Amino acid sequence: MQCSLKLLIPALVLIAPVALAQTSARKFPNVGQPLSQAEIQSFDHMIGPEGKELPAGHGTAKEGAVIFANRCEVCHGKNGENGITHHLVAGSPGKPYRGPFYGVEKDGPSYFPYPTIAWDYINRAMPAPNPGSLKPDEVYSLVAFLYYRNGIINENDVMDQNSLPKVVMPNRNGFVPAKPVYPPEKKPSWW
Amino acid sequence: MDSNQSDRRRFLKQASATVAVGAAGFVAGAQLPAKAQQAESQPAGTDEHVHRVPPRRGARYSLDHMTHYTPLQDYAGIITPAPLHFMQQHSSEYPEIDPKEHRLTIHGLVDRPLVFSMDDLKRLPSVSRIHFVECHGNSSPAIHASRDPKMGLPVQFIHGMASTSEWAGVPLSVLLNEAGLKKNGTWLVLEGADAGKFSHTLPVGKALDDCFVAYGQNGEPLRVEQGFPIRLLVPGWEGPFNVKYLRHIKVVDEPYNTWNESMNHSVSRPDLGGKARWYHFQWAAKSVITRPSAGMEMRKGYVQITGLAWSGAGKVSKVEVSTDGGKNWREARLDGPVVPKAHTRFNYDWEWNGQEAMIQSRCIDETGDVQPSMAELAEHWGYTMADWQKPEKPRAIHMNAIQPWKINRDGSISDAMFA
Repeated sequence: MQCSLKLLIPALVLIAPVALAQTSARKFPNVGQPLSQAEIQSFDHMIGPEGKELPAGHGTAKEGAVIFANRCEVCHGKNGENGITHHLVAGSPGKPYRGPFYGVEKDGPSYFPYPTIAWDYINRAMPAPNPGSLKPDEVYSLVAFLYYRNGIINENDVMDQNSLPKVVMPNRNGFVPAKPVYPPEKKPSWW
Repeated sequence: MDSNQSDRRRFLKQASATVAVGAAGFVAGAQLPAKAQQAESQPAGTDEHVHRVPPRRGARYSLDHMTHYTPLQDYAGIITPAPLHFMQQHSSEYPEIDPKEHRLTIHGLVDRPLVFSMDDLKRLPSVSRIHFVECHGNSSPAIHASRDPKMGLPVQFIHGMASTSEWAGVPLSVLLNEAGLKKNGTWLVLEGADAGKFSHTLPVGKALDDCFVAYGQNGEPLRVEQGFPIRLLVPGWEGPFNVKYLRHIKVVDEPYNTWNESMNHSVSRPDLGGKARWYHFQWAAKSVITRPSAGMEMRKGYVQITGLAWSGAGKVSKVEVSTDGGKNWREARLDGPVVPKAHTRFNYDWEWNGQEAMIQSRCIDETGDVQPSMAELAEHWGYTMADWQKPEKPRAIHMNAIQPWKINRDGSISDAMFA
């Protein structure tokens, strides 16, 4: 890439140490196509810890129980217990499980630090034979059902894009460091 | 509703095929789910780049997992042939992707959201690099008790989720520069196009350092089990970062901790009061003697001890071998190219006198990191050696312990990790 002095001087003035790796100009403008906001919305389904990307919709544990029996029980067992894959319940209604998480307890949402993780995964990857086929209301309902069975919320709590991110997960503080950082703190290699 | 019903029938059929063979979550050597079976004999999608499954590849299948283990005992040098490269697939089938239709998008905290076709990616400046990829669950203490001939010899099923290839593709820095990272874009979330939408978070610092979007492996296009048409290569870091079937890169300002990484890639430890580490990132110094190893037979006299050493931190600087259970260590010869973040072959000349012996290797990397013993790791992490053998074993990951093999007087060799 050619850098004229005219471009370089303002660049040097603006440059900050954190921005060193960031360049503004394209080097290969003929390669790749721009994406429109509408296109991005059609595939941007990854949901972060704060739930900013959650769509509108709502559901309760009772609604979720029916959907779970139809779509999920075949693999995960009745009420998410003792299925042929991923046991989804630790604790019980009203009694959240708070650890330790060394084995099968890790399989269900009780282990997850953020309330959005189960929503994101069910929405994108479940049910296994037809992932992505659940509507937002169904996903909110299933999450409400699982969180109720795990003792994380009450049976009548409504899960939607505002209430879900506010759910307090029982294992929220079960991770070290509290939030991942990069570069990581200097530690021995075994750590 | 109709489609739901047929999904349900199909899945029930698939589920019952697996359950018929064993009720455990992992069904070693089980009959393949129908769809996966088809993928094995008639590879999905474009078949010119996919070859038949070599019989010596150890394999394990369950309802939601397929695992292939590299036969470390059989291969020479440092390059794993593509069909023998280990594979951990988090679903029971491979995605069928038409490379002409496949797209890689970059969006989120960027100045110019962009979409790239395969042709676009191949037009851009490329790199080819020799690197290992290793599953974060490789060498798990839990697997030492497994005895399933379908998984191969112990060195294969204990340590065979690590392989080395020459990978070729476009540096992530090139792609991210085209999109223009915003200042607050500090993490990436990566999504694959497989049924399970395998996703992982990656810090931008590592992405710009040496990661690349690979479309080639050992001189040919990626194979379907390795992520055809593209996968991410994150040199020296744990396997799950190397997202296969890569289709979306979203630039964000905090780690997303998606399902896979929250559930599988963190591990609770007694020394942390039962809390779990978020990410391990980089592999530490590691090595294993591949020959002679458990399940083989010894003859008196000269034998070359050979094995592989590697480190996520860079080059292997030294490998030491002990033939007396760790009392004395002698330096092995490093053979062939010594490449950073890649398997390095080591050899050691030995005369076996017919007496009981314990052979093991340890790696020292260019940062001075020394491979620990299992007992040392147990002590650091607050476990006892016995904890790791209990039925409700903790799911220890990120293991780089020294592997001892015991040579018995009759020439048989056994796994002495917990003996």
